[in-house]
Amino acid sequence: MAALMKTPATTPDASRVPTGARSASAPPFWTSRRRDVLAGYLFIAPQLAGVVLFVLIPVGLAIWYSLSDWNVFTGEQTFVGTDNYAALADDPQLPSVLWATAVFCVGVVILNIGLGLLLAVLLNRRFRGATFFRTLFFSPVVVSVVAWTLVWGFLLQDNGGVNGLLGTVGITGPNWLQHGDTAMVSVIITQVIRSVGVNMVLFLAALQGVPSNLYEAARIDGAGSRVMFTRITLPLISPTVLLTSIITIVGALQSFAQIAVLTSGGPELSTTVLVYYVFQQAFEFNHIGYGSTLALMLLSFVMLLTLLQWQLRRKWVFHEQ
Amino acid sequence: MSSRSRSVLRRAFLVTGLGVLAIPFVVPTVWMVAASVKPLPEIFKSPPSLWTSDPTLSAYREAFSFQPFARQYANSVYIAVLVTVITLLVSSLAGYAFARIRFPGANALFLVVLVGLLVPSEVTIVPLFQMFKRAGMINTHWPLILVTALAGPCVLATFIMRQFFIALPAELEEAGRLDGLGRPALWWRIFLPLAKPALSAVAILTFLTSWNLYLEPTVYLTSPELFTLPQALTRFTDSYGADMWNTQLAAATMTVLPVLIVFVVAQRQFVEGLAHSGLK
Repeated sequence: MAALMKTPATTPDASRVPTGARSASAPPFWTSRRRDVLAGYLFIAPQLAGVVLFVLIPVGLAIWYSLSDWNVFTGEQTFVGTDNYAALADDPQLPSVLWATAVFCVGVVILNIGLGLLLAVLLNRRFRGATFFRTLFFSPVVVSVVAWTLVWGFLLQDNGGVNGLLGTVGITGPNWLQHGDTAMVSVIITQVIRSVGVNMVLFLAALQGVPSNLYEAARIDGAGSRVMFTRITLPLISPTVLLTSIITIVGALQSFAQIAVLTSGGPELSTTVLVYYVFQQAFEFNHIGYGSTLALMLLSFVMLLTLLQWQLRRKWVFHEQ
Repeated sequence: MSSRSRSVLRRAFLVTGLGVLAIPFVVPTVWMVAASVKPLPEIFKSPPSLWTSDPTLSAYREAFSFQPFARQYANSVYIAVLVTVITLLVSSLAGYAFARIRFPGANALFLVVLVGLLVPSEVTIVPLFQMFKRAGMINTHWPLILVTALAGPCVLATFIMRQFFIALPAELEEAGRLDGLGRPALWWRIFLPLAKPALSAVAILTFLTSWNLYLEPTVYLTSPELFTLPQALTRFTDSYGADMWNTQLAAATMTVLPVLIVFVVAQRQFVEGLAHSGLK
């Protein structure tokens, strides 16, 4: 349409502009459209190659490994079909591992969301020092996991800082890392304190997205602050809360360093969660096949949760707009 | 009570409550620094204190003599810097192409890349170890550099860059075209300069991911002079297997403090960058 209205003399048609004596008659092969397509492929090539080489092929290999029995010392690899999957049912340790994984994830998600929400609500008010406190609560996020966990490992010793502090108020603390239950509590709490800052920031952003005229209207109707929180704030930020919960569970499923450094999965199996069990089977016991089967189990949990989160996000983002 | 004094009282409650809540967030880091300059017997003194009358730097000296700690420090720095630079280039190129260039299969290929966000590195490490073993790259830094810079956090970075570029106005390309710029020049001279907020978010996210990597170095590296910091921190044990508490704390302090200082200076960028990691 636009081209019809233009006079031929002023049409800036790229394919007709002579770029040299050679191409005066035939249109050149490299039109700007073709150049664009080529640029597109070249620009994504490194990223695509990275994903194919370091994600897709490894997942394919993991599936292959899970169908084979592998002797790492002789290098002998035999196809065993679904034997490794059948072994899941016979593994006497697996129920305990799955239980520890569930307790860890549920504990982390409840504490993380609860504390993150509490901090966000408290810091959402305007007062001097709000930024200062936000910095304090966020700071563990930038501390190296291993350093953070090592320090907590000291503090949680029988004669460490936590029990010392409890002693000053007359409480004799347990030997935290030497008993199953308290070891689990310890890994959950150190994980939550380190990472709750991210959720706090996400919740703060969600709180600031709640239109203030809703609160004004509620105030005119005589609503107290508790009613406003449960009737206005919570419903409006609940999509963020649910999405953040899923992301937090996915993160908890992948917490390796905390557990490796603080408890090494112990005492006994009490803090051996799935991700740590995968590492043990594959790299300590050299059970490549069975380790891969467990890794695929972990992958299926993470994928289900992430896909669920993407689905919910798509629904809500459209809804909000 | 007047409403004014009531609000003052409320505020005092709020600040006190937050102060108490902040203890487990702040004390470990402060205690780590304080204990690293204490003589060893004082570390487990009860009641715990942050103060010592007899500060010493011997733990810091020991950290460097017990392990090749300077070398390990340099390893962590160079790997993190290299990974960050590569990620910035790779993710901004891919993010730009996915957001602004129309080419056949773009959507399908974008979905393929997104699979990289679904698969945790803890799952791929078993086959990756075998792949790198076959390539003769075990006990080298290659796996740490390649996988981190091209998969892992880089995929999230590509996603962040695409979301950023997609929101920019179409006139940018038209204006650039009139000046005779091709795609590479458009990306480099027009879009990258505009993307500074997204790039700094990506840089912080990637640098910290690489700096804190623990599982990967543990799996791939066996020689102490190749170790990275998180891995080195766990190796401060004497020949009887007992932890060398204060040396370990001195090394941890040297690992944590520089990042923490940069965080306090540039906290807004940090918070924005890391909040992205929770967005996916």
